[in-house]
Amino acid sequence: MRLAIQELTERGSIGPADVDGFLRDRRVPIIEGPHVTFLHRGDADAVHLQHWIRGLPSSQPFRRIEGTDLWYLVVDLPEGSRVEYKLEVVRGDRRELVRDPLNPLEARDPFGANSVCQAEGYRTPDWAVADPEARRGTIEEIAIPPGAFPEERRVRVYLPARFRRTRRYPLLLVHDGTDYLRYAALQEVLDNLVYRLEVAPLVAALLDPGDRLREYAADPAHARFVADEVVPALEARYPLNARPEARGLMGASFGAVAALHAAWLRPGTFGRLLLQSGSFAFSDIGGHDRGAVFDPVVEFVNAFRREPGRPSERLFVSCGQYESLIYENRSIVPLLQASGMTVRYVEARDGHNWENWRDRLREGLSWLFPGPLWLVYE
Amino acid sequence: MIARPWIALLGPQRFVPTVADTLARLECEGPLAVVTAGWQEREDEDRELRDHVGRPVVNLELYRRAEDVFARDPDLFAAHRRRQDRLLELQDAYRMRLGHAMAAARELLRRIEPAWALDAEREDAIAAVRALDEHHLARLETVHRAFRAEVRPSDRVAVAEHRSDLAERLAGVAALAVAGGHVAILLNRLRLFDVLSLAPRLPVIAWSAGAMAISRRVVAFHDSPPQGPGNAEVLDAGLGAVSGVTPLPHAERRLRLDDPVRVGLLARRLAPDVGVAFDPGARVLFRGDRFSVWHETRVLAGDGRVTAWRAS
Repeated sequence: MRLAIQELTERGSIGPADVDGFLRDRRVPIIEGPHVTFLHRGDADAVHLQHWIRGLPSSQPFRRIEGTDLWYLVVDLPEGSRVEYKLEVVRGDRRELVRDPLNPLEARDPFGANSVCQAEGYRTPDWAVADPEARRGTIEEIAIPPGAFPEERRVRVYLPARFRRTRRYPLLLVHDGTDYLRYAALQEVLDNLVYRLEVAPLVAALLDPGDRLREYAADPAHARFVADEVVPALEARYPLNARPEARGLMGASFGAVAALHAAWLRPGTFGRLLLQSGSFAFSDIGGHDRGAVFDPVVEFVNAFRREPGRPSERLFVSCGQYESLIYENRSIVPLLQASGMTVRYVEARDGHNWENWRDRLREGLSWLFPGPLWLVYE
Repeated sequence: MIARPWIALLGPQRFVPTVADTLARLECEGPLAVVTAGWQEREDEDRELRDHVGRPVVNLELYRRAEDVFARDPDLFAAHRRRQDRLLELQDAYRMRLGHAMAAARELLRRIEPAWALDAEREDAIAAVRALDEHHLARLETVHRAFRAEVRPSDRVAVAEHRSDLAERLAGVAALAVAGGHVAILLNRLRLFDVLSLAPRLPVIAWSAGAMAISRRVVAFHDSPPQGPGNAEVLDAGLGAVSGVTPLPHAERRLRLDDPVRVGLLARRLAPDVGVAFDPGARVLFRGDRFSVWHETRVLAGDGRVTAWRAS
């Protein structure tokens, strides 16, 4: 396959008008089969692609086309890949990390935003985009008085469309709930999947941590907060099905650790777990190299690996192939399966980011809380 | 041949309501009895429907009545649960066989060569799926017959009281409307009170799950479910008020109508019934032994196309 950038570079003398023409109406990065051409235009001494794909050098240099201010880099990405990146533009001794000005696709997260490269075969799922036909759920807020934590905590609660007090709903407790709403379109996803009958109408408690890296790092106080304070408060206030199979915990990264840890400390309480890119760091021998914040996580995961018990019934575990935690996630799956729980493990060609977690929600939620898709025809 | 003056099957009503227009065209005047049991706890939330039809509406409240019967007659309720368990067990067994039969038929339909070998195998594979569907339907009917013989629902006091009240209400209406919703719950409630037998000459207008429930058999379907292979399933025997068609509500959304292999296989599997795509606006009218089609109503064809229907 002759790439567009090859055709340009082989033209010989290239002027600004040629570059203008080349870029006009062109989607950047250029996707040609498995080949992805990243571009940057502007004066610079060097340009690098910064990404978080495990297995590739994290900083890859662009080449400048002689006599122009156009820089390019060709990378091969497998079908269906989705990659978040930034460009490092070097001018003199100044290095600037910027989003790709030629690419309008961006993904936000609590630290800002990244540019997004959608390789051949990747599509943003239609169920993750607001559907005007779908009935909207509502979100209200409740207060949990001081207990496990010294201060009152606010918990936002998603109620599905057509919520009725005469029904009994499953309960899903979502770690980093506000981030899931902001960066993983959780409300749109729930509205759409419930409307499409793929997920049972459910109540979702959107938990937000105080000190996240402490509370979500296998902190027994957090487990107490969830199991002994949030769940009873919600069951007192909303019509919830109190059986374990109708009660789920969900989280990503440290949130997945918090979910598994709470279920482990309260076996038989949470029958459904959705664990995304869990930070399940462990050490077979000696220490670990992930920093002090991981110390309690490693201690928990090591203990869990010794005695997993049977913390839940059904687990959906997902991880991106391009993230550094893929090894830890692959390692924990056989352990979970051996404990007699029903486990579904899914990998995606994506990284440690919110849109990866969003894109797995249909498969995970419809498996953990299946809706009446086959039975309801309105 | 239906004994009623007419039966109309309609597409989904939420965005393209056609009940009022259909009744007007059929010169059907007077109050309308409605069954909204498929909406379950929301059974009584029928304001939109009442506003749309603009005539007196008698909601038969079959969901509430069934709850009352189950509470008053524990033996009947226990027998009902046993029947449901048996139906589920049969469905599981059927699903095991169906998965393999469908995979074989689909694979044969996708292959072209060698035609001399595959043509006959393809036909036989589809016939095998059809035979499995009919076998399953017969077994489901056996379970229902056993339930009726054991329980005699119409003779139970709680059911009989409700039936008497329902008969009175039906005596004063011009037509019976059966709305969509949860098809198994709707069907169970219609069956429990044997509603259709209470008014054998009453015109019926039904849509979505309502249309499925009053047909000969209920076929549940979805080509792209988030879990599983998406094989349409015979879910239950219907009430048989109409035959010759298998209603497929929301076909546009639930089926991959641009996949000729899937469309063709479903159409041929449903034969001799016609798989009708009941999308918003679709209408089919049955009178005597004839049926006619209004507006753009499409059917699944054996060659994999989805075509405008030219009915008898």
